[in-house]
Amino acid sequence: MSGMSFILAGMLAAATPFLLAALGELVVERAGVLNLGLEGIMALGAVVAFIVVYHGGGHPAAFAVAALAGCALSLVFGFLALGVRANQVAAGLAVGILGQGLSSLIGNSYESLTVTGLAKWAVPGLADLPVVGGLFVQDIVVWLSLLATAAIWGMFRFSKLGLILRAVGENPQAARAIGYRVIAIRYGAVAFGGAMAGLAGAYASTVYTPLWADGMIAGRGWIALALVVFGTWLTGRIFFGALLFGAVSLASLVAQTEGWAVPSQLLSSLPYIVTIIVLGIITSNKRLLKVNGVASLGEPFGP
Amino acid sequence: MSAPLLSLRGMTKGYGPVKANQAIDLDVAPNSIHAILGENGAGKSTLMKLIYGVEAPDAGEVFWNGAPVHLHSPGEARRLGIGMVFQHFSLFETLTVVENISLIVAGTKATLAARIRELGRDFGLEVDPFAEVHALSVGERQRVEIIRCLMTEPKLLILDEPTSVLPPQAVGLLFETLRRLRDRGVSILFISHKLDEIQAICDRATILRAGRVTGNVDPREHDAHDLARMMIGRDMPPPLHPDPVEPGEVRLELSGLDHAPDDPFGVALQGVSLSLRAGEVLGIAGISGNGQSELSRLISGEVRLSEARRDDVRMLGQGVGHLGPGARRALGFAFVPEERLGRGAVPEMTLSDNSLLTAHGQGMLRRGFIDRVREAEFTAACIRDFDVRTPGPEAEAGALSGGNLQKFIMGREISLRPKVLFVAQPTWGVDVGAAAAIRQRLVAMRNEGVAVLVISEELEELFEVCDRIQVMHKGHLSASLDARTTRAEEIGRLMIGADGVAA
Repeated sequence: MSGMSFILAGMLAAATPFLLAALGELVVERAGVLNLGLEGIMALGAVVAFIVVYHGGGHPAAFAVAALAGCALSLVFGFLALGVRANQVAAGLAVGILGQGLSSLIGNSYESLTVTGLAKWAVPGLADLPVVGGLFVQDIVVWLSLLATAAIWGMFRFSKLGLILRAVGENPQAARAIGYRVIAIRYGAVAFGGAMAGLAGAYASTVYTPLWADGMIAGRGWIALALVVFGTWLTGRIFFGALLFGAVSLASLVAQTEGWAVPSQLLSSLPYIVTIIVLGIITSNKRLLKVNGVASLGEPFGP
Repeated sequence: MSAPLLSLRGMTKGYGPVKANQAIDLDVAPNSIHAILGENGAGKSTLMKLIYGVEAPDAGEVFWNGAPVHLHSPGEARRLGIGMVFQHFSLFETLTVVENISLIVAGTKATLAARIRELGRDFGLEVDPFAEVHALSVGERQRVEIIRCLMTEPKLLILDEPTSVLPPQAVGLLFETLRRLRDRGVSILFISHKLDEIQAICDRATILRAGRVTGNVDPREHDAHDLARMMIGRDMPPPLHPDPVEPGEVRLELSGLDHAPDDPFGVALQGVSLSLRAGEVLGIAGISGNGQSELSRLISGEVRLSEARRDDVRMLGQGVGHLGPGARRALGFAFVPEERLGRGAVPEMTLSDNSLLTAHGQGMLRRGFIDRVREAEFTAACIRDFDVRTPGPEAEAGALSGGNLQKFIMGREISLRPKVLFVAQPTWGVDVGAAAAIRQRLVAMRNEGVAVLVISEELEELFEVCDRIQVMHKGHLSASLDARTTRAEEIGRLMIGADGVAA
């Protein structure tokens, strides 16, 4: 398999954990809440999903349990940030650390164990194409996360729900004045974001690299957070950013196996550098940020 | 009188030690335009928030069509049939008109857009349903707010200071709309502090002063003097009409200034020219959002131009376009911005420390250390000379009422003995007596030979203090008009750009 087709075949799967977490965070931030606990929520989702699969519960149950766990932990954040109006940055960091601690504790006796991932499903016909064929051979979660991307794009673009989320994020006082229950809507968004982060963690630990190792999320939550901001809160850009990150991380692997005379540390940092540069250029457009930015992001709201 | 649509009994609301509303009784009849008249800080807005369910009262009862109701949220108020048009609009700027409306009213965009156009025709509220709100003028945004309320078919429509954002001509249109609404069975609560407006359209007026009802009258049966006495507790201060003095040399000059703001929602200035002399007051009229805030930042130095364009802004004979606020102040420039908290003063700091921020050149620094004695003296003098009501120089700026803080900031800037004084919205939120005092001070400064520039939305105020007026509209500044001979209608036409663009 050539380097190019290797990257094409693997980039969607590599992007999926970022994509799922970032889509969830997009909804949360659009509603005006900044949940910095993503990394810990992903870790918790990863460990509970791994345990379910390890004990033979199967992948569907594992993903469901991970989503519930992510939801529950994000509601702890929700209670702090929305219920008692704590500083969102501090509350998010605290919940993130809590999630990472919990995942180490729960996963202690599963360290370095492995499970079997998911079978891939090929699009008939397209999968046989040269070079790009690998793109059309993916596991079910990848296909579903593409569907989720389209659904969230459509929700913000066409649906009343998307409109309400944007309204609550732009001007919560006004949203309340016209009769919306801002806090309830924000709780809903936070719960959804937590469930998505849980799914992202589950994918990382039971499908993408089906093993448990403490700290295996390895900053993916932070990258997902960065993708939301650099993607200027637009679904399409976030998808593109996640894909770019996935592709470049595979490219650095290809470069290493081909024995390029470049320090491996530099290669491993390449995805981060490329993502920052590309999305940084996008973000340098102030107009774009102002038009798409969430005006009330991170500000506590109380009646 | 028929049975009231809405009745309030003993409504009371306090914020800490401040009693914003004390035992207020109010009856709004069906098919009427009912005024709530009062000064800034009299408790009008608080009362409306109670009626609309934004805040809960400490005590008191509300009756709707005779039945007691509890209004815990705006949603409940809307279900009863109460709609509200806020003074600071509650629209979502990044959404289109029809999207804003669809947040409240069910229906597809196409049907809503058709209804928006229909209501627009019926009530003189034309607006493009697919325009994004941030691109609309303030008057158009108000129309959107009113249409949005009308779509919910309210029985009672509350309008909070609706004319404060409109040019004189548009006020007439709004009144026509309100009369049509009343004739179709909608009662209107009209909040204002402008006596002539209330006499023009209201059937009934409830007057508030310091949180209490001081009158409940038919405004057409009372003259302005009576209403003013009920509103402020004494007669209105007589308007100033200062005699002109011979102006001196040019102290501030903009010649054909073009500027595109960084802010995508900002207004681009095009060919703005003005020339301000010593011993005169120049006023800039216009509806807010037509480039005044961009202009004020260019004059204050908060927005700088490149070195090459330094002569686009000339102050006291020097090109200062590239200089920051500190350098301009060092030349003898003083500035009172429209936002008192955060731009005119730091809310968390004491008045003394706020003095230091701009008056440090008045002997308050010794070898880099602060001379606390001098600082306190300066602040105490400001408090005394400008009648600032505060416990003392150590009070936090944020604890002062808007009017008192404005007096303090004015005092601080005037005490700098500037050569050029620039004041944006000198009397916003200031009570009538203090506003009169501030206007007198501005005229006194002029008489001492200071060049004074005033930006204001209140035309009456500009006519009172200015020698000349220029009008800002969509980033253009009109030619200079003599404030003593120009009529308000002419200024009004320029405010809405009806005379085309005069450069």
